[in-house]
Amino acid sequence: MASDRSKLAFWLLMAPLLIWLVTLIILPHIGMFLVSLREKVGVREYETSFANYAVFFNEPLYWNTFARTAYMSIAATALTLLIGFPIAYYIAKLTRGRAKTTLFLMCLIPFWVSELVRTFGWMILLRETGVFSNLLQYLGLVDGPVEMLYNDAAIMTGLVYTSMLFMVVPLVTTLDSLDDSLIEAGYDLGASGFAILREIVIPHAMPGIVSGCIVVFMLSLGNYLTPILLGGKDSLWFTGLIYSQFITRFNWELGSAFGFLLLGLSSLIVFVGLKLSRQSLGKTMART
Amino acid sequence: MITGIPQSGAFKWTYRAYVTLFFLYLALPLATVCVFAFNDSVFPSLPWEGFTWAWFFGDEAPYVGVFNERPILRSVVTSGVVAFWVSLLAVFVGTCNAFLFVRHDFRGKGFLYILMLLPLIIPGIILGISILVFSSSVANTLEDATGLWFDGLRPGLILVVLGQFSFITTFATLVISARLQKFDTSLEEAALNLGATPFGAVRAVTLPFLYPAMGAAGVVAVLMSFENFNTTLMLVGSDAPLTITMFDRLKLGSTPVLNAVSLLLIVVSALLGLASLLLQKRED
Repeated sequence: MASDRSKLAFWLLMAPLLIWLVTLIILPHIGMFLVSLREKVGVREYETSFANYAVFFNEPLYWNTFARTAYMSIAATALTLLIGFPIAYYIAKLTRGRAKTTLFLMCLIPFWVSELVRTFGWMILLRETGVFSNLLQYLGLVDGPVEMLYNDAAIMTGLVYTSMLFMVVPLVTTLDSLDDSLIEAGYDLGASGFAILREIVIPHAMPGIVSGCIVVFMLSLGNYLTPILLGGKDSLWFTGLIYSQFITRFNWELGSAFGFLLLGLSSLIVFVGLKLSRQSLGKTMART
Repeated sequence: MITGIPQSGAFKWTYRAYVTLFFLYLALPLATVCVFAFNDSVFPSLPWEGFTWAWFFGDEAPYVGVFNERPILRSVVTSGVVAFWVSLLAVFVGTCNAFLFVRHDFRGKGFLYILMLLPLIIPGIILGISILVFSSSVANTLEDATGLWFDGLRPGLILVVLGQFSFITTFATLVISARLQKFDTSLEEAALNLGATPFGAVRAVTLPFLYPAMGAAGVVAVLMSFENFNTTLMLVGSDAPLTITMFDRLKLGSTPVLNAVSLLLIVVSALLGLASLLLQKRED
């Protein structure tokens, strides 16, 4: 009787989880994969083939965009790490008490705000009639208005800005757990600042670096707003292609194939990152 | 704080300057958006034409303020309705998941846990299109079979709620599980010894212990739902939530009314964010 009841409780708890995962995650992805394998041969007539994937590999625009999205995302990840690491170190090791909480909060607040608002801010700053352009003219550094929007540097600025938090938080968490006396011991033994960084700080922070990089890379790869708004019409971001196949051209078969390729790339990077650092997905995600 | 290491003054000052610059970089876009909400000009850009409240309260074209701009107010309501349902569903399923993963051991638990985390690593736009493709094919099949219409499965608010729910639940599960793990089960046993039914003990003892975490998860869910863009973009029908309305306006180029909306959003999200932090802090 008691075991019957606990079995019932178990299945009642299991039901929402299964309904959620099966109907909203598993089946939709299987469905998308099947659609991506459909080749349209006539009106409402389809054949199973890899034709949509062949289109991707035969059309340079598509795979160039794919590659471009990938390497721009890698560059954004590297930049975020380079810029964010000293900040995380400062917050974790060189401040304490109230100053530390304040700085940490100041890092968090921009990210509670919608990405749209943040991107809008960059548009006002960078555009031809924007703040930077006017400032440069006022200082007499340039003669006419400068357009700083709609180029790769603008996209990069936006991507780094948008992902900064997801790098800084895991870094601060891991650096916090590094015992200060290790750094001091290194110093007492005569190591230079650079040697301490390389031998003590970075190895200890590695789990945080990996988590941060994985999340930032994924977010950049799947970003749509920043490249479209800051990069303009020619931003050539892969999510933009997916959107136009689905919504503008109504070619769901090709769009699904694109979606699957993007999903594949992003999963591959996560998988390789986790294997290289010998971490589990659970631990990595719990940190962010 | 490391005090034992002497560092050259120049290094210290460069480091401090760098940190200051970094925080300026963080604040700059948001500050700019806020400042231009008060510019007395129809474009959100320089030159500065003087201070005005018109973008909040104005009611004469082209100076129509947020509070008199119907489409924007309507999309705020839409976003609110979506956020309400997403947060309710996510907290409910998240709580069930927390009990399942913390309290029960079963075959395939590790596998299910990984599956539960997957929505975090699926790009939002792909979650959106996969749900779009799947629900449309279900709708087609059902309509062919029954001859009835299934509008709920076509792009629209129901799909937006489901799409956002599909990944926000993972966050809710993580927040609530973390709290449940800290629960001292002897409290529940005491309730059972005092004659409570198992369900009664959970309701009277365990759930109240979880309330702060459920509250925090709810607030985070509202925040994430309100600002979600990628998943929503693919699933939206004729009623657009706020982020979609703002995006459409932005592409066309708009008056500083967008700045005014953004300013309000910044204030509200900062308050909600702080609320979720305070709720989580109260746990300790």
